[in-house]
Amino acid sequence: MSTVVGEMDQHDHHHAPSGISRWLFTTNHKDIGSMYLWFSFIMFLVGGSMAMVIRAELFQPGLQLVDPHFFNQMTTVHGLIMVFGAVMPAFTGLANWMIPMMIGAPDMALPRMNNWSFWILPFAFAILLASLFMEGGGPAFGWTFYAPLSTTYSSDSTALFVFSVHIMGISSIMGAINVIVTIMNMRAPGMSYMKMPLFVWTWFITAFLLIAVMPVLAGAVTMVLTDKYFGTSFFDAAGGGDPVMFQHIFWFFGHPEVYIMILPSFGIISAIIPAFSRKRLFGYASMVYATAAIAGLSFLVWAHHMFTTGMPVFAELFFMYCTMLISIPTGVKVFNWVATMWRGAMTFETPMLFALAFVILFTIGGFSGLMLAITPIDFQYHDTYFVVAHFHYVLVSGAIFSIMAAAYYWLPKWTGHMYDEKLGKLHFWASLISVNVLFFPMHFAGLAGMPRRIPDYSLAFADINQIVSIGGFAFGLSQLIFLWVVIKCVKGGEKAPAKPWEGAEGLEWTVPSPAPYHTFDTPPEVK
Amino acid sequence: MAEQHHEKYYVPASSPWPIVGAIGLGLIAFGAGHTVIDMKNEVDGWGANVLTGGIIVMLVMLFGWFRDQINESMSGLYSAQLGHSYRQGMAWFIFSEIMFFAAFFGALFYARVIAVEWLGGASNNAMTNEVLWPGFEAMWPLTQTPGGTETQAMGWAGLPLYNTLILITSSFTCHFAHVGLEKGKRKQLTLWLGITILLGCIFLYLQGAEYVHAYEELGLTLSSGVYGNTFYLLTGFHGVHVTLGTLMLIIMFLRILKGHFTPEHHFAFQATSWYWHFVDVVWVCLFIFVYVL
Repeated sequence: MSTVVGEMDQHDHHHAPSGISRWLFTTNHKDIGSMYLWFSFIMFLVGGSMAMVIRAELFQPGLQLVDPHFFNQMTTVHGLIMVFGAVMPAFTGLANWMIPMMIGAPDMALPRMNNWSFWILPFAFAILLASLFMEGGGPAFGWTFYAPLSTTYSSDSTALFVFSVHIMGISSIMGAINVIVTIMNMRAPGMSYMKMPLFVWTWFITAFLLIAVMPVLAGAVTMVLTDKYFGTSFFDAAGGGDPVMFQHIFWFFGHPEVYIMILPSFGIISAIIPAFSRKRLFGYASMVYATAAIAGLSFLVWAHHMFTTGMPVFAELFFMYCTMLISIPTGVKVFNWVATMWRGAMTFETPMLFALAFVILFTIGGFSGLMLAITPIDFQYHDTYFVVAHFHYVLVSGAIFSIMAAAYYWLPKWTGHMYDEKLGKLHFWASLISVNVLFFPMHFAGLAGMPRRIPDYSLAFADINQIVSIGGFAFGLSQLIFLWVVIKCVKGGEKAPAKPWEGAEGLEWTVPSPAPYHTFDTPPEVK
Repeated sequence: MAEQHHEKYYVPASSPWPIVGAIGLGLIAFGAGHTVIDMKNEVDGWGANVLTGGIIVMLVMLFGWFRDQINESMSGLYSAQLGHSYRQGMAWFIFSEIMFFAAFFGALFYARVIAVEWLGGASNNAMTNEVLWPGFEAMWPLTQTPGGTETQAMGWAGLPLYNTLILITSSFTCHFAHVGLEKGKRKQLTLWLGITILLGCIFLYLQGAEYVHAYEELGLTLSSGVYGNTFYLLTGFHGVHVTLGTLMLIIMFLRILKGHFTPEHHFAFQATSWYWHFVDVVWVCLFIFVYVL
């Protein structure tokens, strides 16, 4: 049986090695998971401070703090960092920590490549951030880098943006290959596909999406590079190309990317709600099929980001209907979560609070998405703050809240200590209130016609923007409470039992807290 | 599948290579970015030096990492389950490569079927043509762009056809080599593998000759409109992949001369052979959509 781990090496690996080399040379999925999570939190603060700059500038009409070009760099890099630096690495970190424990594997399938995937990220983001200090500034064309903004009209540093996205992509693809191979090949005996926890299922499908679309992003940035520096005209009509083609290629990546950032959330919420409702998840199989359906549909809806760009009417209708179809599997999920809670013996610890807020606020984001999916209505909403409100509901009170929920839920397993419940609840309520003050009024600003990505606005929007900015500062500060909770929990606190949550299910709760450096050297028997 | 494997799964304790690889990739990205910027501004910068440094670090990493893996494999640390991990990993990697080429094929189809047609006034774009690009006629290959750049199209007969036959043949010879390995016939293995490498090199040489012909005689360059763009990026990235595949085959050849691989254990060879077949299939698509149609 599989008790031997790396017999070629002399020292004992059942205890974590110490010093900096532990983190540089590690192959351990827990170490790598922790690094991913810390990296993502640092990036969350960096991207968040850029959001603070944006909100400070928008606190009053007129130009006060930054010039428009710098404002554009802030919106661009804020988006890039939050998408590629905060949300995606956080999910990869959770996958690293939890998937091997959830399926009873000794580690990830390809442990060395795992470490490589992680360590590429600090270099990629260092390059991206450094480009901000170059002459002419960093990327200022929006995180979607539409041509010709990113080709004809971009600053010199665009090449650095392109290559940093390239290596981020390499990291994501390798991370995804690792996850998908781990799930296919490393499950403990008896852990059939339909017994896997939903977090594993949703990541399985997410990994597929990543491998399918990150290379397309690489293609898109490559064409931007050659258009800008090597005289090609993919996105230039004079040479027979078309800037609209950029949007098609970008969103063919971009829309599945949206689901890459939300499917793992569904898995997290599907673990937490049953645990604190003390009931089995309602409709497990339908959850799996719904996730697969969302992933499949995600390849057929990209042009709903481009309704106003212009395309034949039948294409507009096709993308509108396909987009609306997505609400069916998503609705299945929301109803299943509600049905899980129905007549459950519910308690409201911090993870559950975040999960409940997720269900409600993500659904609001889903509904505004449905509004945006209606082609003629999108003509009105496109590029307004309504869109900004929509995707922040989905990404902040959706994806980020689910990551917070996951952190509170599994912190006892990671650290061996219970987190401070009072501070956790404070973090939750501060975040919940401020996130709504921050993003809800944006709907109204957008409906009234306030455009996004503009540093100045009509006096009519002054009050609403002031409220939004106050919500923004409050939300930003609230996240420091989270940092405090995590540090406190790592340093000490009430000893956590192997299974701190009464209703929790899964293999990760069968090992002690903190989880030993190596779990499941011998695969557990799953009935 | 997972259910049948109860033997140990080798998890290396620690390895310096991933962080070396990350530094290498970081230097390559930073250096390549500055090289490109220096080129555009026509200055002699330090970008190229950083890029070269990054490539050297990457090569050291690849050498060290593969050496470790070969040693581990030769000392029998790898279980069948680990073999499955490697094979599945390689299969998904090839899938990601397919999607990379899909982006450029997508650009080709979009340009050809939609962008150029619309510029020529198709669909409801009569006024686009009339006002913005008067006199432009939609055609493919796009030998005259709306902006007025002229070029000649690359035919499919001659070099491209020979290259197609060479690459398809090499897929078969690669397969014969694989069969030889699986049957334990080392002579057959080395012979067919040697022929495969030779065919790969001939392909690359002819591809180079074709580029010279395109640049010097046809006036078909990277900047001659979207036809030239898709032509060079598709064939260029394919050429890079053939180069990589040929290098991998050469490494396999050297390992075979050293007596590596058994009929049961030869993941590296199998992965290389998969990669070679993938490169071949991409070429067949290229030949059809870039050259013939």
